[in-house]
Amino acid sequence: MVAMSKIATGNGHGENSPYFDGWKAYETNPFHPSDRPNGVIQMGLAENQLCLDFVEKWLMKHPEVSLCSPEGVSKFKETALFQDYHGIPEFRQAVAKFMAKVRGDRVKFDPDRIVMSGGATGAHESLVFCLADPGEAFLVPTPYYPGFDRDLKWRTGIELVPIVCESSNNFMITREAMEAAYERAQEANLRVKGLLITNPSNPLGTILDRETLKAVVKFINEKNIHLVGDEIYAATVFQEPEFVSISEIIEEDDVVCNRDLIHIVYSLSKDMGFPGFRVGIIYSYNDAVVSCARKMSSFGLVSSQTQHLIASMLSDDDFVENFIAESKEQLFKRHKYFTWSLAQVGIGSLKSNAGLFIWMDLRKLLEEKTFEAEMKLWRVIINEVKLNVSPGSSFHCDEPGWFRVCFANMDDNTMEVALLRIRTFMMKNNEAMVPRPKLCRRSSLKLSLSRSRRMDDFMSPGIMSPHSPLPQSPLVRARN
Amino acid sequence: MGLLSRKATCNSHGQDSSYFLGWQEYEKNPYDETKNPKGIIQMGLAENQPKTQMQQVSKEMANPFSKNLLFSKITMAIPEFKKALVDFMSEIRGNKVTFDPNNMVLTAGATSANETLMFCLAEQGDAFLLPTPYYPGFDRDLKWRTGAEIVPIQCSSSNRFKITESALEEAYQQAHKKNLRVKGVLITNPSNPLGTTMSRAELDLLINFITAKEIHLISDEIYSGTVFSSPGFVSIMEVLKDRQLENTDVWDRVHIVYSLSKDLGLPGFRVGAIYSNDPIVVAAATKMSSFGLVSSQTQYLLSAMLSDKKFTKEYLSKNKKRLLKRQNKLVSGLEKAGISILESNAGLFCWVDMRHLLSSNTFEAEMELWKRIVYDVKLNISPGSSCHCTEPGWFRVCFANMSEDTLKLAMQRLKSFVDSMNVNDSNKSHQELKNARKSRSRNKWVFRLSFQSFHDREQDER
Repeated sequence: MVAMSKIATGNGHGENSPYFDGWKAYETNPFHPSDRPNGVIQMGLAENQLCLDFVEKWLMKHPEVSLCSPEGVSKFKETALFQDYHGIPEFRQAVAKFMAKVRGDRVKFDPDRIVMSGGATGAHESLVFCLADPGEAFLVPTPYYPGFDRDLKWRTGIELVPIVCESSNNFMITREAMEAAYERAQEANLRVKGLLITNPSNPLGTILDRETLKAVVKFINEKNIHLVGDEIYAATVFQEPEFVSISEIIEEDDVVCNRDLIHIVYSLSKDMGFPGFRVGIIYSYNDAVVSCARKMSSFGLVSSQTQHLIASMLSDDDFVENFIAESKEQLFKRHKYFTWSLAQVGIGSLKSNAGLFIWMDLRKLLEEKTFEAEMKLWRVIINEVKLNVSPGSSFHCDEPGWFRVCFANMDDNTMEVALLRIRTFMMKNNEAMVPRPKLCRRSSLKLSLSRSRRMDDFMSPGIMSPHSPLPQSPLVRARN
Repeated sequence: MGLLSRKATCNSHGQDSSYFLGWQEYEKNPYDETKNPKGIIQMGLAENQPKTQMQQVSKEMANPFSKNLLFSKITMAIPEFKKALVDFMSEIRGNKVTFDPNNMVLTAGATSANETLMFCLAEQGDAFLLPTPYYPGFDRDLKWRTGAEIVPIQCSSSNRFKITESALEEAYQQAHKKNLRVKGVLITNPSNPLGTTMSRAELDLLINFITAKEIHLISDEIYSGTVFSSPGFVSIMEVLKDRQLENTDVWDRVHIVYSLSKDLGLPGFRVGAIYSNDPIVVAAATKMSSFGLVSSQTQYLLSAMLSDKKFTKEYLSKNKKRLLKRQNKLVSGLEKAGISILESNAGLFCWVDMRHLLSSNTFEAEMELWKRIVYDVKLNISPGSSCHCTEPGWFRVCFANMSEDTLKLAMQRLKSFVDSMNVNDSNKSHQELKNARKSRSRNKWVFRLSFQSFHDREQDER
């Protein structure tokens, strides 16, 4: 019997990671408020569901953007037939405008450099196909999105070499770490072709500051390697400091940069909450890459029906401005409430100002400082607490005990259920814990009397770290 | 200077082919009835858009129920879509076969489906055998990023370009000579560019071949809904079923590629599918489909459309009738210019025989003729060499992607061109052409009508 390809029969798809095991656990027993109240709550999926009603309202007011309405059906024929891989011009213009708006109009994007792809997933793979050959390598700071193992390596045949980042300095990317990674690649006889950063970071929820970005740009120019900036969470920055894009850095006077090395991956899946629409974008400053990526886009063009909708929606300046503001507001509120609620039960997280998740610190809950202990704790969280959270090891974090927890992919009620389960778990594990009337109201699902007053107590910076002066849960104290 | 990959700098994307060059010329100077009446008419694009067919689909869309599509849960994929799609595929096959939605993987168009299947089944050092002539895009879709090779199964006009056992064997040996491991055969049925359906005998032959060699068979059936006259369409699945080969090894090695770009005329929507009976292929292809999923917005729209059985029945029937009528118009137009075609019963194009218009029986002469047709006659048609045809002089001419008036105009232009060619060449090359013609086969199936000035001279050669 003839074999399939090695790619098909091997494990390069990366789906045997606990990142996906948790999803499977969710899929076999998904939470539903009435049908399955004891099901697993999905907190492993970085989706932005907080502003979809805002979008729906806009759609109601604009029936003409749908090809299915009497107002819009006259556009059906030309749209259905449009398969030019350059993409509908209005679509590219609208996306370029949106990308600029998200960066506060501090930079402009050229619509002719906008290339479509099958989501950011397709964008990453295509870029690697353009920039590297099998056996070559890309450097990626840890912790990083587990999907990169599949998207960047699987069918392309390249290797990923981690730039190890540590909690001691809040996982910032340092020059030393980049050099060390480059050297390791050399030692392994791997030719480094590029460096990939995700900014804002998944899973950290933090943004790269100006100095770091400049250091990265300096590094890649010195080594003459490509820089891919995955900026798919750019519009999810809900609090200061402000987002700084690679596209801004290369314009700065004191930055020397070969633009042929600079490429951006974008998508509407996170910023707008449209993962189903598969709108991925490659934006490259390198003409040859634009040309090649465009040819490859045939393998993952955006449906013209979707291009048509997005072109209309993102051309509406008022809508865009209001959406960005509303989205930030909703994310800010949800993030604040979630992190504050966790802090109430002694759970800290990395201070973050972006993304759809937090990087939760459960190091103190580990039986020992090992990844086996992390896995053990993770299984408890999945099977007993019934929350799908993602263990740090699946993100190649070099330190056990960190978990990514998504907060923007559920409604308020589900959030309350999730928080209640966490609180119950933390309390159950500590019989010695004294109930605090101020903090705990067992009779009610709501965690606070006067939410805004409580939140004021915790608004100052640094308060969410594990080293905060907040009284920690006895569970935590017992482990010290 | 940062180097790019070999893939980025090589030519395997195939876009330097005349197939695409013709399109580029069209794009520089596209015909428009009012704005650019002297522009190039696009006959190189196999698209399905007879006017009233579009109205049919659009009408469905204006249905009040469709308003709900506006307010759907726009981020969720639609399970009903796969079900609707497999049912549609069954309907096209006269419900003689049924398909299981769990065996289907959605992809961004057939382009993505074909590449993904290659990634699953082949790698560097492997080859797939393809009958010639074949769709030029396969060079990119099957080979470019996968590293796999294509080895042609040579077919010739002498037997209507049918696949023969000896051609299959010859191709298999050719691959081995090149140190390539043959992983499978890929057929397009109905054929692009021929516009013909495969006979049961050919399909039987293929099944025997892949059984003996223990290799895969991919059947690209994206034109299955465009069969407009007899013999009807026979799917590979039907033959396997009739031979009671379900749940045998060979059953697992046959995979189908489908799309709505041709049958429904929706190329912009990027709806492709892989169908396989092998769960391992389905699993691998599903993982790979992440690189090119179908927009959930589009799935939602089409799920509603394809679930409307009254609509699909009426659509398929109307589509056939209109394609038949339009193909007839092309054929009679060509006739008037003294040009014949390979008798066809499917597809959105005809395989046109212009061998008699070549100055010599060479591919250089074919290119010469093609350039004149694109630049002087201003028709973008696709030369046979771009489809890897082994004989010069054949061209693929599309007929379903324009209005009836435009088709008429195209045929008029062609006739004028041929007439003028005849006047110019009648003295010089008549003798050469006459000699060349003597050596060609005279099978009855070649639907051949000569144009006026050659008519008398040809009589004695028939």
